[in-house]
Amino acid sequence: MTPMIELKGLKKSFGNNHVLRSIDLVIPKGESMVIIGGSGTGKSVALKCILGLIKPDSGEILVNGKSALSGDRDAFLAQFGMLFQGGALFDSLPVWQNVSFRLLRGRNKLSKADAHELAVEKLRRVGLKPDVANLYPAELSGGMQKRVGLARAIAAEPNIIFFDEPTTGLDPIMSGVINELVREIVVEMGATAMTITHDMSSVRAIADKVAMIHEGIVQWTGPIGQLDDSGDPYLDQFINARAEGPIEAVR
Amino acid sequence: MILLHWIDTFLASIGRSTTALAASVGRVTIFAAQAVSHLMRPPFYTREFATQVLQIGYFSLPIVGLTALFTGGALALQIYSGGARFNAEAVVPTVVAIAMVRELGPVLGGLMVAGRVASSIAAELGTMRVTEQIDALVTLSTNPMKYLVVPRLLAATLVMPILAFIGDIIGIMGGFLVATNRLNFNAATYINNTYDFLEFDDIFSGLVKAAVFGFIVALMGCFHGYYSGRGAQGVAQATTNAVVSASVLIIASNYVLTEVFF
Repeated sequence: MTPMIELKGLKKSFGNNHVLRSIDLVIPKGESMVIIGGSGTGKSVALKCILGLIKPDSGEILVNGKSALSGDRDAFLAQFGMLFQGGALFDSLPVWQNVSFRLLRGRNKLSKADAHELAVEKLRRVGLKPDVANLYPAELSGGMQKRVGLARAIAAEPNIIFFDEPTTGLDPIMSGVINELVREIVVEMGATAMTITHDMSSVRAIADKVAMIHEGIVQWTGPIGQLDDSGDPYLDQFINARAEGPIEAVR
Repeated sequence: MILLHWIDTFLASIGRSTTALAASVGRVTIFAAQAVSHLMRPPFYTREFATQVLQIGYFSLPIVGLTALFTGGALALQIYSGGARFNAEAVVPTVVAIAMVRELGPVLGGLMVAGRVASSIAAELGTMRVTEQIDALVTLSTNPMKYLVVPRLLAATLVMPILAFIGDIIGIMGGFLVATNRLNFNAATYINNTYDFLEFDDIFSGLVKAAVFGFIVALMGCFHGYYSGRGAQGVAQATTNAVVSASVLIIASNYVLTEVFF
């Protein structure tokens, strides 16, 4: 079966900083892949390369068997939903317009009333009350902003959802809530998910498979069940949060 | 040997600065060309355009009006003072009108709008860049150039002549108030002299200048904001660069346009 996302020899450098040296990764349809790795190891760069926000230096990105670097951009992007690290909600728009942003534009755009109704339904799905719809992002707490970001990511029912550090900056209880939501939504929608995180509780809650990026390559990849006895010293050091090991603490 | 090294370092720094300047001019030109090319192609975001007309035009009226009013008044006093030296006090209404319409209305209006609008646009787009809102637009199949840049460029280019025209009227009125109340001019004669000596070309050249200045203000705000550096410092730098570059370009292009209409 054709994998949903396939990266082959993906490379990206910024000046002398070779962030991605050669990334090879396969994410099958309907699976939830969590990418872990230290700060600055290129996890977000890999994700942004797939979306076309950063142009890779070389390598191949295939989404559903087709090259991500050619073809109709709008149709390509319509397959994706993305939850940004800080939410990236549009300050000038009320919550409901943020959620249904994509659906208020383009060829198949909805009427305002339908878009509002759909936004309220998606907000309810992520545990927010309908009266949040008319607030502005600045009036929401960090956890609520993450939920709104999640509602926006799933509003157009995409085939692929990216989560960039979904629990960063949240308290442990809110992190647990977001992790559960992410897992539920991915299972419920049957979507393929790619999550970037440092938070091991997120990894265990969200992942079907895990890939660890270190020094620009995929150091280890495998099912979540093999995470604790992988035998990989890099992965062991990372998941057990040890200062000593093959990964240098000072980078 | 030390002298040669010093000359070498000096020439290298000139070369680096020149290359950096040429690269910046190139980037701004490409950015402007991309924005203008999007003006002709759908989709058109009319709601965003209307919002920008309100933000750039309507909310700039008080600052442009006040600047014009006081400038017109001061101009009347200065021209009277200068004119009195060769018995030419009567030229006050004519010179105030021509100076306001051809030069001070658009230039001072442009500079005030540069301070208010270029900074605001750069800060807004810079913050959107830093908080990944521009990336979010892309992932939501919306071209940031079309959604953010084009409405601002178009709105500033179209509303700036209207602002300048209103500024011209208020500036002439400022001169009129000072001349009639402080310098004992006859009100009817003042209005007649203003009206009789003002030509269509004076007004037209001022409005064309204002449109160019509006384009410059929005372009500099959008360019520096769109390519803002990271963090609060990056946004602050983008805001400063937007205001400084817009102001310098307004002054420089004013000379070029004045030559064109001379």
